[in-house]
Amino acid sequence: MFYREAGDFKTSYTDDSQTFPIKFDRYRYYVVLLVGLGVIPFLINDYWANSILIPFLIYAIAAIGLNILTGYCGQVSLGTGGFMAVGAFTSYKLMTAFPWMDMVTVTILSGAMTAMVGVAFGLPSLRIKGFYLAVATLAAQFFLVWMFNKVPWFFNYSASGQINAPERTLLGVAVTGPNAEAWVKYLFCFAFVFVLAWIARNLTRGSMGRQWMAIRDMDIAAEIIGVNPLRAKLMAFAVSSFYVGIAGSLLFTVYLGAVEVGSAYGIQKSFLVLFMIIIGGLGSIFGSFAGAAFMVLLPVLLRNLMDSTGLDSAIATHFEFVIVGALIMFFLIVEPHGLARLWALAKEKLRLWPFPH
Amino acid sequence: MPDQLIFAMEVTLNGLLNGVMYALVALGFVLIFKASGIFNYAQGVMALFAAMTLVGIQQGRVPFGHLINEIFGTDIHYFGWEVPALLAILLTALVMIAFAWAVQRFVFKHLVGQEPIILFMATIGLAYFLEGTSDLMWGSEIRNMDVGLPQGINDAIDSATFDIFGYGFFIDNLDISAAIIAAVLVAALIAFAQYTKQGRAMRAVADDHQAALSVGIKLNYVWVLVWSLAGIVALVAGIMWGSKSGVQFSLSLIALKALPVLMLGGFTSIPGAIVGGLIIGVGEALFEFSIGPMIGGATENWFAYVLALVFLVFRPQGLFGEKIIERV
Repeated sequence: MFYREAGDFKTSYTDDSQTFPIKFDRYRYYVVLLVGLGVIPFLINDYWANSILIPFLIYAIAAIGLNILTGYCGQVSLGTGGFMAVGAFTSYKLMTAFPWMDMVTVTILSGAMTAMVGVAFGLPSLRIKGFYLAVATLAAQFFLVWMFNKVPWFFNYSASGQINAPERTLLGVAVTGPNAEAWVKYLFCFAFVFVLAWIARNLTRGSMGRQWMAIRDMDIAAEIIGVNPLRAKLMAFAVSSFYVGIAGSLLFTVYLGAVEVGSAYGIQKSFLVLFMIIIGGLGSIFGSFAGAAFMVLLPVLLRNLMDSTGLDSAIATHFEFVIVGALIMFFLIVEPHGLARLWALAKEKLRLWPFPH
Repeated sequence: MPDQLIFAMEVTLNGLLNGVMYALVALGFVLIFKASGIFNYAQGVMALFAAMTLVGIQQGRVPFGHLINEIFGTDIHYFGWEVPALLAILLTALVMIAFAWAVQRFVFKHLVGQEPIILFMATIGLAYFLEGTSDLMWGSEIRNMDVGLPQGINDAIDSATFDIFGYGFFIDNLDISAAIIAAVLVAALIAFAQYTKQGRAMRAVADDHQAALSVGIKLNYVWVLVWSLAGIVALVAGIMWGSKSGVQFSLSLIALKALPVLMLGGFTSIPGAIVGGLIIGVGEALFEFSIGPMIGGATENWFAYVLALVFLVFRPQGLFGEKIIERV
C-alpha cells in the first residue's frame, strides 16, 4: 500500500537513477537521517554512546570497507585488524607530530596511508585466489601488528608500548581525549559514516562497482569483456583499506583513546568485521550496517541477559562464547545470505501488501 | 667448526622437530578440506578440547563441575578415581567421534552446497562454541598433561654431538617422540586411505561428490568418518602440544600456525602438509636465530605467513596442491 512504484513518476534521467527509487524508501532514509542528526545528539548519554552508538558507527565503516573488497570484489581478507592498526598509528603519529592539524584531515590522511599499505598487500591477489588469498592476508595481519609492537618509533618510544590520543578540538569543541563529550564524538563519527556510506553506495552502483562484481563472479570472463583485473582489484584493495583505515583511526582517536595494538587490533578484530559482513549480507551496503548493529548489540544483550541470571562472571563469559558460536552457526544455516536478504524479502512482500494476488 | 654454524645446526634440528608438530595440526585441516571442501578453522580448538577432555578424564574430573556447583550450590569436583592414560585416550577418541557425528548431523548437513566462505564462517562459529563448551566442561585453568611420554633432554644425542663437535645439542625427548608418532600416524592414514574400503570411499568423495554419490557411497557417513579422523588427529596434536607447554587456551592458536603450512604445501595434499611443516619449522627457527635479534625478535609470529605469501606468488597452488585449471 505504501511501498510501491506505482504513482511515483520519473520525468528526468536524474530522477530515474536516484539511489532510492521508491518513495517510501526515500522518506525512510530521510527519517533515519533526521533521527540520527536531530534527535539522538540531544538524548545521548555516555552509556549509550560508548557501548552501542559509537562502536556501531565505527564498525559500520569497517564493515562497508570489507564488504567492498569481499562482498563486491570477491577477495576474502582476514587482514582487517592489521589495516585498522595502520589507520590508528598513522593518526597517532600525525596527531603528535603536527599538533595543529585538525582531526578531519588527520582521519582522512590515515585512511589514505592505509589505502597505500592495502594496495601493497593486495598485489599478490593477482596471482593468489580464494582461500590461499585469505590466508595470505593473514600475513598482513600478523606482520603489521608485530611491526607496531616492535618498532618503537611508531609508539613514540613510550615505555608501555601503548598509544594515547591527545586532546584535539574541532571548531572549538574537544573531539578526542578524556574531555570530549558524547554528542561531539557521536556527531563526528556520524558525519564520516554518512559521507563514506554515500560514496560507497554510489561507487558500487557505478562503473567501478560493476567491474568489481564482474571480477567477483568470474575473473577470467571479466578480463575477456575488457575489465582490467589489475586496476579493478587494486582499486578494491585501495578503497576498502581507506575505509578500514578510517574506522581503525576513529576507533583509536574517538572511541578507545588508549590502545595496545595486540589486543585492540588482533586477529579477533578481523574475524569480527568478517562476521559483520557475512551476517549482514555480502555485497550490500545496508547489510554492512545491519551486520555491524547485530554484532555490536549481541554482546551487550548477552551481558545483560547473563547479569540477570546471576551466574559467576567467568562461567557467564564461557556461556557467552557458546551462545555466540551457536547463534552464528544457526544464522548461517537459516539464512546464509544474511540480514540483507531478509530485508529484500520483506520489501518484496511489502510491495504486494495487502493484496498479494 | 665455528660456533655459529654448530648453533645453526642445533636450531635447524629443533626447527625440523617443531615443524613436525605444525604438520600434525595441518594434517587435520587437509583431511577435512579434501573430503568436504570445508576449511576447518576449529581444528585448533578441537585439539584444545581433546586435550582438555583427556586430562579431565584422566584425573577423574566431573564434567560441567563448575556449572553444577554454581547452579545447585554443591561442591563436587572429582569422581575420586584416576583413569590410566591409554584408557583415557581411547575414551577421548570416542568423545571426538561423537563430536564429529554431532557436527555433521546438526551443522554441516544443513550447509551442503553452500559457498566455501559460508562454511568457513560456520567453522569459526564452531570454534567459539567448542571453546566455550570446553571451558564450561573442564574449567579454563592451565592443566598439566602427563600421558607417560618421555620428557627432557635426550642424553644420547647430547653426548654423541658432544663427542663430534665438542658441544652437546639440546634436543627434547618429547619432540623426538612427536616426530615418531607423527610418522606412524601419517603412515597409518595413508594405508587407511589406500587399502581399506572406507578409505577408498573417502578418496572417491574427495575427487567428486556427485560421482561418489551415484555409485552408492553415503556422503554423510564419509563426512562423519573424516571429521572423526580429524578429531583423532586433533587429539594427537593436543597430546603433543599439551605435554610440551601445558593445556591452555593458547593451544587453540596453533591452528593459526598450521595455516601457512597448508598454504605452502597445498590445501589438498597430505605429503604437502608434512613437507610444508618441515620447511616452515626450519625457516622460522633459522630466521629467528639469524635475523630476529636485529629487528626485535618474536618474528615467528609472522615469518611463516610472509614466507608462504612470497612462495605462493610463484606457485599459487602450493607445493603439492592440485593444479588450478580455470575455464570460462
